[in-house]
Amino acid sequence: MSIKGMAYIAGAFEHPTRKAPDKSVAVIHAECARGALADAGLSFKDVDGYFCAGDAPGGVLSMVDYLGLNVRHIDGTDTGGSSYIAHVSHAAQAIAAGKCNVALITMGGRPRSEGRSGVKQKLVGANVPDTPFELPYGPTAVNEYAMAAMRHMHEYGTTSEQLAWIKVAASQHAQYNPNAMLRDVVTVQDVLESPMIADPLHRLDCCVVSDGGGALVVVSPEIAKILKRPLVRVMGVGESPKGLMGGKVDLTYSGAVWSGAAAYEEAGITPQDIKYASIYDSFTITVLMQLEDLGFCKKGEGGKFVADGNLISGVGKLPVNTDGGGLNNNHPASRGGMIKVLEAVRQLRGEAQPQVQVGNCDLALVHGTGGGLASRHGSATLILERV
Amino acid sequence: MATLYQSRKMTMPETHPEHLEFWQAAAEGKLLIKQCDSCGEYHYYPREHCPYCMSNKTTWKEAKGTGSIYTYSVMRKGVPYAIAFVTLDEGPRMMTNIVDCDLDAVHIDQIVKVVFKQSGDHDNPGSFIPCFTPVNGD
Repeated sequence: MSIKGMAYIAGAFEHPTRKAPDKSVAVIHAECARGALADAGLSFKDVDGYFCAGDAPGGVLSMVDYLGLNVRHIDGTDTGGSSYIAHVSHAAQAIAAGKCNVALITMGGRPRSEGRSGVKQKLVGANVPDTPFELPYGPTAVNEYAMAAMRHMHEYGTTSEQLAWIKVAASQHAQYNPNAMLRDVVTVQDVLESPMIADPLHRLDCCVVSDGGGALVVVSPEIAKILKRPLVRVMGVGESPKGLMGGKVDLTYSGAVWSGAAAYEEAGITPQDIKYASIYDSFTITVLMQLEDLGFCKKGEGGKFVADGNLISGVGKLPVNTDGGGLNNNHPASRGGMIKVLEAVRQLRGEAQPQVQVGNCDLALVHGTGGGLASRHGSATLILERV
Repeated sequence: MATLYQSRKMTMPETHPEHLEFWQAAAEGKLLIKQCDSCGEYHYYPREHCPYCMSNKTTWKEAKGTGSIYTYSVMRKGVPYAIAFVTLDEGPRMMTNIVDCDLDAVHIDQIVKVVFKQSGDHDNPGSFIPCFTPVNGD
């Protein structure tokens, strides 16, 4: 069974905060849920399916109880920052199978207020089989992605200047987003002159650490058609975990090669059909590798593809992350996938900031890489169409 | 300019029952890896379950302890350290640290050999951890 056309995104909400020392994480989730339901024209009482990931305090059970939901379908899938993209897929599957009709997905967190960052050692639980052979070496978010960047540079001649263009594009978009955490336009030179964090990634190759969150409401076609929002239809999805493969480590590609292919096939489209793409941007290298893996350019040619403003709306071939992305706008709870879906929905509805709105934006791709690119990550691809 | 290696407090690994031999060998300066009895493939990190053919019959083998750097990154915040993946001569690539050298001179394809650094600290010492250092002349 395919989920193509079996579900619609009816509600979308990005919390405007980027720093929330006075809110608990549960309150952020609740505010996001309220915002997305109001956007859809629905209420908490309409929700019969609930989805959340590892950022949700206490998980599905605590959140359902806290919010007072009366649901018949729950899903706590956690693949790091890509979880919410996978949740849209799972919600569509659940709706297609008749398990729910109104699926609420929430995420939120406050790493900025809690002093967390990507240069600190990752937190992991006990009994994880891989950690005894990794934690002593000090893996962090940034040095893992840096190792992928280093290898990409070695194999394909990718340069720091090329990576910097990804940040330049994000900053060009963010200047028009009043809620973006960083709104100053930067140049390639600014990126190269920012402090080196973990070779070869500079500070401006890294996403922001922001508080906040977002929520989505995914509904059945019957419900979507009686609501008053533009129709954003789920067309194809793909999910792929990738790890260290027993030691056959290859850091030059991500799970996007599989999740992207599956999503294109289900939607019946090709990369050339995509008008707008939300591409996970924990770091600049994440974007570059995903663009290659998703078929927007050939493997090894990502550097050339992103250079000269090609990701800037109205300038280049493929507008990417027109909200400013995780690099400039928002990366709440250190998990960027929710915001990626939200900007794609805004683009498809014609509700993006006017300066970055893509003309006749009827087909969008969302892709996330959750977890560690140089250890284990979950790739998720979602293709959405405005009907 | 050089960035000389400095000792760093390494997180003590949990010892899982199936890895006792690995950590005992590490304390004696030996790097053990697993080979599958069924398909013959080496893998890393070591498991009882072969991740290639799914057999549950795997055997410890002492690795030569030499290899080359597949990729690396030097952390520039705090005490600098070089995280890396090293391709062992037996085939598997393992996460590690490059130590006892100028971190600014670390490079891909550099030939390295295993050395062991103790995790934890003086008051609470932990297992010895396989790290790698450049072979003289590379």
